[in-house]
Parts: sequence; structure tokens; C-alpha cells
Amino acid sequence: MATLELSDISVRFGGLQALTDVSFRVREGDIVGLIGPNGAGKTTVFNVITGVYRYCAGQVAYDGNVLAGRRPHQILALGVARTFQNIRLFQNMTALENVMVAQHCRTKAGVVGAVLRLPSQKREEGRIRKRAMEALDFMGLSEFAGEVASNMAYGLQRRLEIARALASEPKTLLLDEPAAGLNPAESLDLMNTIARISGLGISILMVEHDMKVVMGICRHIVVLDHGVMIAEGKPEEIQRDPKVIEAYLGQ
Amino acid sequence: MTIRESKKLWLGYGLAMVWFYVLLWPLLGIKPEGLEFASSFAIWAKVAVSAGILLALYQIKRGGWLDFALRPAQALRETAASATAKVPTWIWLVLVAAGALAFPFVTERYAHDVAISVLVYICLGLGLNVVVGMAGLLDLGYIAFYGVGAYTYALLSVHYGLSFWLSLPIAGCFSAIAGCFIGYPTLRMRGDYLAIVTLGFGEIVRIVLNNWMSLTNGPNGILGIQPPGVYWWTDVGFKVIPLTGLEQFYYIILGLAVFTVVAVYRINTSRIGRAFEAVREDQTAAELMGVNTLRIKLLAYAMGAVFGGLAGAFFAARMRFISPESFTFIESAMVLAMVVLGGMGSIPGVILGSLALIALPEVFRGFELYRMLVFGGVMAIMMLVRPKGLWPAKRMGVRSEEKE
Ligand SMILES: Nc1ncnc2c1ncn2[C@@H]1O[C@H](COP(=O)(O)OP(=O)(O)OP(=O)(O)O)[C@@H](O)[C@H]1O
Ligand SMILES: [Mg+2]
Repeated sequence: MATLELSDISVRFGGLQALTDVSFRVREGDIVGLIGPNGAGKTTVFNVITGVYRYCAGQVAYDGNVLAGRRPHQILALGVARTFQNIRLFQNMTALENVMVAQHCRTKAGVVGAVLRLPSQKREEGRIRKRAMEALDFMGLSEFAGEVASNMAYGLQRRLEIARALASEPKTLLLDEPAAGLNPAESLDLMNTIARISGLGISILMVEHDMKVVMGICRHIVVLDHGVMIAEGKPEEIQRDPKVIEAYLGQ
Repeated sequence: MTIRESKKLWLGYGLAMVWFYVLLWPLLGIKPEGLEFASSFAIWAKVAVSAGILLALYQIKRGGWLDFALRPAQALRETAASATAKVPTWIWLVLVAAGALAFPFVTERYAHDVAISVLVYICLGLGLNVVVGMAGLLDLGYIAFYGVGAYTYALLSVHYGLSFWLSLPIAGCFSAIAGCFIGYPTLRMRGDYLAIVTLGFGEIVRIVLNNWMSLTNGPNGILGIQPPGVYWWTDVGFKVIPLTGLEQFYYIILGLAVFTVVAVYRINTSRIGRAFEAVREDQTAAELMGVNTLRIKLLAYAMGAVFGGLAGAFFAARMRFISPESFTFIESAMVLAMVVLGGMGSIPGVILGSLALIALPEVFRGFELYRMLVFGGVMAIMMLVRPKGLWPAKRMGVRSEEKE
């Protein structure tokens, strides 16, 4: 079972306690929302899971593997892919190339194969291309395959990031504010897309400020405030929770 | 163009000319006999007048007064461009190949010599291009690998009598190992730090070559390196005959350059090339998207070093004498200048850059004295006018295209 489990994670940056004893899990096939006021530590949770930050206490386990000490590319190879709050595409590469990079950890042709153009390398290259096109198709981006990423519209760049994450064939997808900066129509579209991704059997953990999106699709919600988990549960419960209301109103 | 704009333009011109004179006078006017203005002023006046004329022409063109002459020229250029665009790439390749193959037959010794240098620098430029252009890692000590390759062949030839052809891959391997050695400590560095450390490593290699008397014979260099040979039929049966003619060297380095171009192109359009580019664009994102960035960076150093090492082995075989003097920082800077001038990450760009920086100065030998000055000036202007280089790298999906 590809369950992502955080237990008692604590992170500090110098004097700042960014996360304190955070524990929750994302079960296979689940859609979990991670919410909280600005600076609550949501992105930090993502960085902990994907191996960008070291944590001083606690443990992250995925699919029976302990993630501590693994490098980000190894964690991706295990099946946890993510997108970024501030879009981080490979700006000067085309949409297709961006997505093809994500296949890196699923393929293995080396320099010798590339220079000699061995049959196995060619076959693999064809496969990479096919997978990448599938991912672009899935996100409705196939007509932009040849477009340089930095020339694409903002909404398309957001979708391209998701396509790139999907191209790594993940089992769990972490989305950091995917609806940020989108107009209502695009937001709605995004909700459908997330539902479709979930339909592929990929579990999702998403950070989102747009409550409509969060309440609409998440089956389970975790609330952070100042690095502390103040609530966890079904959307209806969260909406009624006095601590959550206070955290958001006190802001 | 409005009055204000042209005023600004001429003001800029005036300032630039004052700046130029302030720069020029100390160079020419301060002499042991005393201060002197005439000679520097004469040169300055020529430059100022020609720049003024150019500026005036530019202004007239902007004003639209030259349209009657430029329109037809523009139209002509467009038809020419569309005509050349119709010619498939392979025809161009065949033309270039034919030109390169026929070159020694239509030129004399001096031109061969220059052509060999150009080709050596093309190999070096393309190798550095892997590191700097593709993977985005600034390397100021690249010439060290050229040195490693050269010394590898020199020592193998002098001490073990190993043939050039056998030594070539060994030189490549040794350079790759040197690349990993130098690359490893710099893996976690970025930007300025990386530049300084690679600069330091380049110097270390040169200093080691200079001081390891027992192995490298220090500053005296290594003499008696064998030229490459071929196994060929002669009157006394099959025999190895040494290749010493300039045109033979030309063909060897041409082959090496072609190999380098093909190899770099293929790496660039492969999974590895995409990983290099991803690292260049955003290292953190690349790591998070599954690229083992430490390994890929090490690989970039090693690949770059291999091409430098092969060129180095050729250099040793051609000169038949090497000393640490050939591997100074200025050489690294030169190769880097080619890559930047030509267009980072672009193979034709690097080739053009090498031509521009090696062949053109030969053509303008007459200006010997001012060469470095002109060189600096041209580089500065280029970076202002075409910051992406003479032939910028194409990005429109070419790198991953299956067609070649
Ligand atoms: N690398 C870092 N070094 C120091 N402090 C950091 C670092 N990363 C995050 N922080 C701090 O940790 C706290 C949590 O940051 P984080 O980015 O996780 O918040 P967030 O919940 O994602 O906020 P937002 O809604 O604005 O995205 C903030 O106070 C932030 O300043
Ligand atoms: Mg955040």
C-alpha cells in the first residue's frame, strides 16, 4: 500500500520552529487537503516529504520505506511527485522537453548509448516521448508541446507543472497551491482535473487557499497553524471546528 | 526620430568619445621621454570621425531617408533567405563536408596551420560547451583537461612507445578521471564559488606540470613525442609509416572534430542532454523531478574533459613537444570566450566562435599591436548587441526530435 505517513515531524530554521510534531497520513487513493494561514508551514511539509529539508525529529515513511536520508530524486523514483507554489518549470525548454525530463528516473540509457544511438536507446527515447505526450494530452496541453515554457500563459504553465509531475509516473502527487492565480473557470477546470488524476489511482495531497476547491474535492483535511496541527478530519467537521475558525479569523 | 532622441544619441556619442580618448591617451601618450598628444589624437580623430559617420548613417536610416535604397535590398535578402531555407539541411552538410575535405588541396601551408588550430579549438569549445552551455556550470580551468590529454599521450609515447591511436582513448579516459576529480569537490557549489574553484584547479594542474620534474620534466617540457602512424603498404611490405605532413594532421583533427560534433549533438538530443539542461535551468527543480544532479554534474565535467583530452592528445602529437606554457589561464579564457561569443549551448555557434577568434586574428595580422584591444572591444560590443551569441542555440523542440 502506497501510504504516505508523517509521524511527529519537527523542523526548525534557526530560532523559528516551523513545524512541531506534525503527524498525518495520506492513504492510497485518498485526496487530502493541507490548509492553514500564511506561513503556517504547509510548503515546509512538502519540502520535508520530498527530501529538500532535513527534519530534526520524527519520521516520514512511504510505501514501507523510511524517507529520511534519501535524496529528492530517489524519493521521486519511489513515487512521490510534486508541483511548486511558485512555478518552477525549466524556462528555456519546450513543454515537451520539460515533461520528458520527468521520465529521467524511469529510464537508464547513458552516454555511450546516446553517442552510438544504440537500438535500446532509441527504443527508450521513443517510450519517453510517448509517455510525455500522454501526460501532456492528459492535461490538455498537446498542442503546446513545442512551445517554450516561459512563453506559455500562466494558467498553462500551472498545468504543465502538473503534467511534468504526472510524467514521472507517481503514486502520490503533492500539489502546492495549484489554483493560485487562476480565474474561477480555470479553478473549476482544475478541480475536474484533480478528480481525474485521482481516478487514475494516484493519491493526492494538496495545499490550497481556495476553500471552494478544498471543500469540493478533498475527503480529508489537515489544518496547520504556526507549524502545529490544530485539526484534522472530514471537510464538514473542519468547517465547524472552533479552533480552525479562530485561526482563520484571528489572522 | 524626435529631436530629443537624437540629442540623447549624440550626447552618448560625445561621452563615449571622451571616454575613449581618456582610455587611449595613457596607452599611447605616456612615454619615457615625456607626455605627448599628437599620435594618440591622430588615431582618436580617425575613430571619432568614422564612428560619427556611422552614427549619422544610422540616424538617417532611422529617419527613413534611405528607404528607397534599403527596400529592394531587404526584398532581395528575404528572397535569398527563403531560397536557402528551402535547401534541405543535408545539402548544407554535404557542402561543408566537401569544402572541409578539399581544403588542403586549394590552400597552402600557412592556411593548413591556421585550419588545424581552428579545428583544435572547435573540439575544445564543444567540450567546454557541454559543461558551460548545456549543464550551465562555469568552468574557468577547462584547459587543464587539454593538458592532461596532451601529457598522457606525450608520456605514453616517450616512455612506452605507445601509438597515437591507442593512446587517444587512454588520454580521453585519463581526462575524464581528471574531470571527475576536479568536479567532485565543486558539486555542491554554485555560481561565483564554482568559477573561483575551477580557476584554482586549472592553475593547480599547470603548476603540478611545471614542478613534477621527475615525471613531466618541468618547464623544459617533453621532447620527442612520436607522430601518429598508419599501417600501410610500402615497397618493403606492410610497415608503419609516420604521418608528418600538415595536411595529414589536418585530416586527423578534422576527423576528431567531426566525431566531437556528432557526439555532442547526440548527447544533447538524448535523455542525458535533457538532464544537463534541466540542471542548468533550475537545479533544485531538476533534482525534485528525478535527476540525480550530483551525478549529472559529474558526468558533465567528465564528458567535457574527454573532448578536451582528445584534442590535447592530438596537440601533443602534432607539436611533438609540449610544455606547461601551452596550458595557461589565458587559453581557458579563450575557449570560454568562443563558447560565449558563438552562443552557449549551440554547436554551430561554438564552431563560428572558434573561427571568429582563431581565424580572424590571423587574417588581421597587420594590426598585431592592437589585436587584444580590438578583441576586447569586439567582445564587449557583441555582448551588448547579441548577448545570446553569433548563432544562438535553438530551443524549439529540436533537442528531443528524433529526426537528425
Ligand atoms: N528555508 C527556510 N529558512 C528559514 N525559514 C524558512 C525557510 N522555509 C520556510 N521558512 C519559514 O517557515 C515558516 C513556514 O513557511 P512555509 O513556506 O512552509 O509556509 P506556508 O504555509 O507554505 O505559507 P504560504 O501560505 O505563504 O505558502 C515561515 O515563517 C517561513 O518564513
Ligand atoms: Mg507555501
